Amino acid sequence: MLSAMLVFSQLLNGLQYGVLLFLLAAGLTLVFGIMSFVNLAHGALYMMGAYFAALTFKHTESLTLAFAAAVFGSILLGIVLERLAVSKLYSRDHLDHVLVTFGLVLFFNEVVQILWGTQPYFLPVPGWLDSTISIFGVTYPAYRFAIIVVGLLVAVGAHALIHRTRLGMLIRAGSVNPRMVGALGVNIKFLNALLFALGAGLAGLAGVMASPILAIQSGMGDHVLITTLVVIVIGGIGSVSGAFYAALIVGVVDTLGRAFLPLIFRGFMERDLANAAGPAVASMLIYVLMAVVLAMRPHGLFAPNRG
Amino acid sequence: MTNTFKLNFNRLLPFIIFAGLVVVPFWGYATDSSFYVAFFARVMIYAIAAVALNLALGYGGLISLGHALFMGLGAYSVAIPAFYGIDNGWLQLLICISSCAVIGYITGAISLRTTGIGFIMITLAFAQMGYFLFVSLKVYGGDDGTSIANTSQMLGLNLGDIYTVYVVAFLVLILSVWWMARLRASPFGMVIRGARQNARRVNAIGFPARRYLIGAYVLSAVLCGIAGFLLANLNAFASPSLMSWIISGDLVVMLVLGGMGSVLGPLYGAFAFLGLEEILKMITTHWLALFGLAIVFIGLMGKKGIVGFMDDLTSWCRPGAGKNGTASATEKEAS
Repeated sequence: MLSAMLVFSQLLNGLQYGVLLFLLAAGLTLVFGIMSFVNLAHGALYMMGAYFAALTFKHTESLTLAFAAAVFGSILLGIVLERLAVSKLYSRDHLDHVLVTFGLVLFFNEVVQILWGTQPYFLPVPGWLDSTISIFGVTYPAYRFAIIVVGLLVAVGAHALIHRTRLGMLIRAGSVNPRMVGALGVNIKFLNALLFALGAGLAGLAGVMASPILAIQSGMGDHVLITTLVVIVIGGIGSVSGAFYAALIVGVVDTLGRAFLPLIFRGFMERDLANAAGPAVASMLIYVLMAVVLAMRPHGLFAPNRG
Repeated sequence: MTNTFKLNFNRLLPFIIFAGLVVVPFWGYATDSSFYVAFFARVMIYAIAAVALNLALGYGGLISLGHALFMGLGAYSVAIPAFYGIDNGWLQLLICISSCAVIGYITGAISLRTTGIGFIMITLAFAQMGYFLFVSLKVYGGDDGTSIANTSQMLGLNLGDIYTVYVVAFLVLILSVWWMARLRASPFGMVIRGARQNARRVNAIGFPARRYLIGAYVLSAVLCGIAGFLLANLNAFASPSLMSWIISGDLVVMLVLGGMGSVLGPLYGAFAFLGLEEILKMITTHWLALFGLAIVFIGLMGKKGIVGFMDDLTSWCRPGAGKNGTASATEKEAS
């Protein structure tokens, strides 16, 4: 009975982690899949979002302002980056994208250290969410539950935007044939800038949502960026709904693996070996998953149809 | 007169670099400062790794963001035997070459089922697996890494000695540059360079492109492993951070910086990258910010790295031959 509850609460943890990954992956897949721009700096935008929130909170003590600062700050930063650097690279090789955005990662990681020091910042949980909720007999922090809700709202919003609006239609068309869309009189430059800003805003949102449960520090985006790339590749590049399912799969697999693999290994291995192998395999699990998925279906699980 | 001089300078530069590298250890020995000997040994080792990556990426067009895996494997092929008191360099080298070849073959064969961004990501995934594997191997120091008490003994020499590893790295570098120059023009090189541009046509001519690319990937992995092997001896230290994606990124940046697909590009790239790093470190502790910006600017300027820049310089110096110069530069890329 206890173990069933443990599994359930770990499932919720996995769901919450997955939703957080989705917030990042949704933004990245717009840029990565639709504009075909390899943006390694997406994690840096996530980090900057968290810093904007932390600094705003420090000076105003208002969490509402902090959240707004994270989202709008990163949108603004996204626009500046797009105009100064990214827009000049669309027509170039992927390698140039990697080079420039890799440089940006190094730059931003160091700049936050110069401006705000190496000490980590923290953001408190909003007062009205600082409680626990009981679901099927499992008590669960309300804030983590709120993350799940926000993620689901973004998922619904993104789906509606892409499949129900004119802008979404242009985005879909632009992903298939940007030149043709441009020839039909759509300002493709503006569309790209808008998409990049939207992606940056989602990264900022993910940053601030993660802030109350993680330490805000230089380099916080690097690790999660790689996991996000894994999500996108598993989901199928350019598919927002694919990113959603893949994020949930990765979140749950990673969390359950870390929680239970060492226990499972102990069932049929010597204790010492299991203690060593369990965490090792657990931390490799999502990469194994990605390698298997790519080996089976090179375009990802939910790749968009592009005739 | 000046034009021929510039033209020759372009060809002379590698000889100047190699001559300079010959002088370094004597100068270091005379002034009793091993810092620069160690620094240039490190530059040469990274240059070897960049040369290795150039085979896969520059010639074969395989954008691998996971070559750090092989650096790490090479380093641990010294560290793990040394941990058990085995300091036979030949045995360690054998472990290095065979593990890199086997892992390179397996990962290469799986990775090559995909192309484009999929390939970038799957190579990254394999490197991350290696990274997390060694992080969790607490016996060998986990994420702190492990220091190597018994560095490799080969031919009665101790590779842990800074001058010895310098000389070995120098020889390996020259050999690998020479080998790559030969390979580039060989049928094998032609096939993989052709496969980068149009794999279907290469197949149609009768060369199984994928098999050749796997071959290139394995050779590249082994050479990269040897760089890791030398680095472990130089530092007397191996750590999983050698396998982190940042190192893979560094290697790619070196290569793009120097000029992909050219014989000397990786060499220039490693020198420019590590040299810039060292100079900026002297200026400020926050050198990474400047370094990052420098990479962004270089990336935005595009072109074909330092090699492309030097080609432009050469053609620019030849009066009235600007157009021909650029044409020859592109021709070089295509031929």
